[in-house]
Amino acid sequence: MLKKKIRTLIEAHKDLGWVPEPSAKAIMKAQGLDIPEFVLTNSFEKAEQFLRKSKGPVVAKAVSKKILHKTEYQAVVTGITTSRRLKKEMERLQGLEGCEAVLVEEMVQGLEVIVGAKNDFQFGPVVVLGIGGTSVEIYNDTAIRMAPLKPGDVFSMVDSLKAKALFSGYRGRDGVNMEVLTYTLVRFSHLIMTLEKDMDSVDLNPVICTKDRCIIADARIILKKA
Amino acid sequence: MELKYLFKPSTMAVIGVSTSQDNHPANVIYTKNNLRYPVKTFPVNPKGGMLHREKLYRSIADIEENIDMAVIAVRAEFVPKVMEDCIQKGVKGAVIVSGGFAEAGNRALQQRLTDMAREAGFPFVGPNCLGIYAPDHVDTFFLPGERIIRPKKGNVGFISQSGGVLVDQMVKFAGQGIGVSLAVSIGNKAFLRETDMLDWFAEDVETKVIAFYVEGFEKGEGRLFIQKAEQCGKPVVVLKAGKSKKGMEAVSSHTASLAGDYRVFSDIMKQHCVAEADNEYELTSFCEALSCFQKGIQGHIGVLSLSGGHGVIAVDACELHGMTVPRLDPKTMETIREKVSPAIRNIISLGNPLDLTGSSVDNDIVTAATHLARDKGIECLLALLIPYSPGVSADIGAKLSQVARNEGKPMIAYVPNEEKYRIIIEGFELNDIPVASSVDGAVLMAKALKRCRPC
Repeated sequence: MLKKKIRTLIEAHKDLGWVPEPSAKAIMKAQGLDIPEFVLTNSFEKAEQFLRKSKGPVVAKAVSKKILHKTEYQAVVTGITTSRRLKKEMERLQGLEGCEAVLVEEMVQGLEVIVGAKNDFQFGPVVVLGIGGTSVEIYNDTAIRMAPLKPGDVFSMVDSLKAKALFSGYRGRDGVNMEVLTYTLVRFSHLIMTLEKDMDSVDLNPVICTKDRCIIADARIILKKA
Repeated sequence: MELKYLFKPSTMAVIGVSTSQDNHPANVIYTKNNLRYPVKTFPVNPKGGMLHREKLYRSIADIEENIDMAVIAVRAEFVPKVMEDCIQKGVKGAVIVSGGFAEAGNRALQQRLTDMAREAGFPFVGPNCLGIYAPDHVDTFFLPGERIIRPKKGNVGFISQSGGVLVDQMVKFAGQGIGVSLAVSIGNKAFLRETDMLDWFAEDVETKVIAFYVEGFEKGEGRLFIQKAEQCGKPVVVLKAGKSKKGMEAVSSHTASLAGDYRVFSDIMKQHCVAEADNEYELTSFCEALSCFQKGIQGHIGVLSLSGGHGVIAVDACELHGMTVPRLDPKTMETIREKVSPAIRNIISLGNPLDLTGSSVDNDIVTAATHLARDKGIECLLALLIPYSPGVSADIGAKLSQVARNEGKPMIAYVPNEEKYRIIIEGFELNDIPVASSVDGAVLMAKALKRCRPC
């Protein structure tokens, strides 16, 4: 059974055809998945307050129904540490096409992976795990499994990636918490099973994995055409 | 649904036999079954009269006996009426050879057949197919017996969307000594589909390996296929066509099938322990290996050879295909050194690969294989048996087969596929040890066991 909150959010975006970031992340959170601390606002004061409260740098993103691929519009700014920069970037983002508000959130460092889903014609919902970020199509280092996943599937997915060494820690860097990654992927796979009738594909890209957490830094759900 | 009358009929009607053309598909099917198979065969043509001095029936209704299965080879537009007659008569299933349905754009006509059959509970294979080949039982392929090479009776069940691929694969199976329990060309698969065939083969005691040539599944059908493959408890091998974009276009125009995204297909097969063969060569190797050994391995291989080079080639191929050639237990090596003949004791390369050299004799090979098989780190033996040196006798195949049986570990042999060495090859194959005709082929057979679920 789909949680009421998730159902409401999906229905609210049927006309648009896709669920943009803040709502897509809210759906993931309702499914028990980890998203960064954030504030969604047009007020610089509120954004600044959030920056001051944050332990480290923040990220600012334009929220726009017109922008499906944020990178192509320079709609994401990372590593903001000063009020001055925050103000300047916020103003620029607010000027982008269709910008409704600015999403300011904590910036997390770790291994960037993509967790995705596709509603395959022959097999139904499938889960994709790969090395994430903006070059994901270039490396195409991914593993695909039929949803729902069992914990063992997650281990075999990681094991089949060329970049698997990055998950166990490479050159002194922290590895990925496999228990949390497994939880994330299994829960996600259950979610997409319940969204089978609604979903065309899902991108959680990047999901930032550290030794403690897997945080969904960006998300969007493409809905099936009515 | 009961399919045994369809696949193992005692009586069969061939509908659409020509009175003037002896090479008409229906005539070929009628003649070969009438003359060479135990199934009792009746020819049908509305004109009636005689064919080859035997009675030609005007309609299936005119046949006095009960009919288990009908081969329908009439023009597409007449098929619904003929099928109706079969259902009336109480026939228990059909092979519809006729083309001119979905593959030619006539989806509605094909749907009519499907609907009619579903309502009557009347299973059929096709249309647009070659139908079934059950060795020593029935053969609905409309290819003259003298033109094709048929595999012997065995334990591989093979299902193909393409009739041409099926026949060609039969030739390859026969060439490698692989036997089939039942081969079915399912054509447009308007009624019986891959998933139904999985159900049949899962229950069929004669089948130990189930192999498919697949072009594509319908919506959601891949998921059902995977579920059934997992439940059936027998190794399942798949050769997928339509992997590239270009290939996909060719598929659409071939049997009007929708091909899906290949990466998804391939990864999911792996996830659920279905062995995907990359090409026809692998398909043949996989079927041969799995018809002898159904139990899976992790992939730790012991290589026994009579030449250093063959050992190295095998190790390279094992690594390429994701298998390991582990170090032997020191005790294994010690025992082998002790027990081989003094003449070769100081010239053999003890290790993995184990090179016994061309100076070894049968007893050395048997001893080494025995102790290699007893090594706990080894799950499967590759016996690379080049029979060129005088110490190797014609009995070596049979002798090594006994070792494999006694030690309970799978063994795969390589022997050059030459008539001269037939006695060695048969010594292995008649004792259920698969023989490859190349080192690479032997490694592919081991890969088949690795891809199979360790059960």
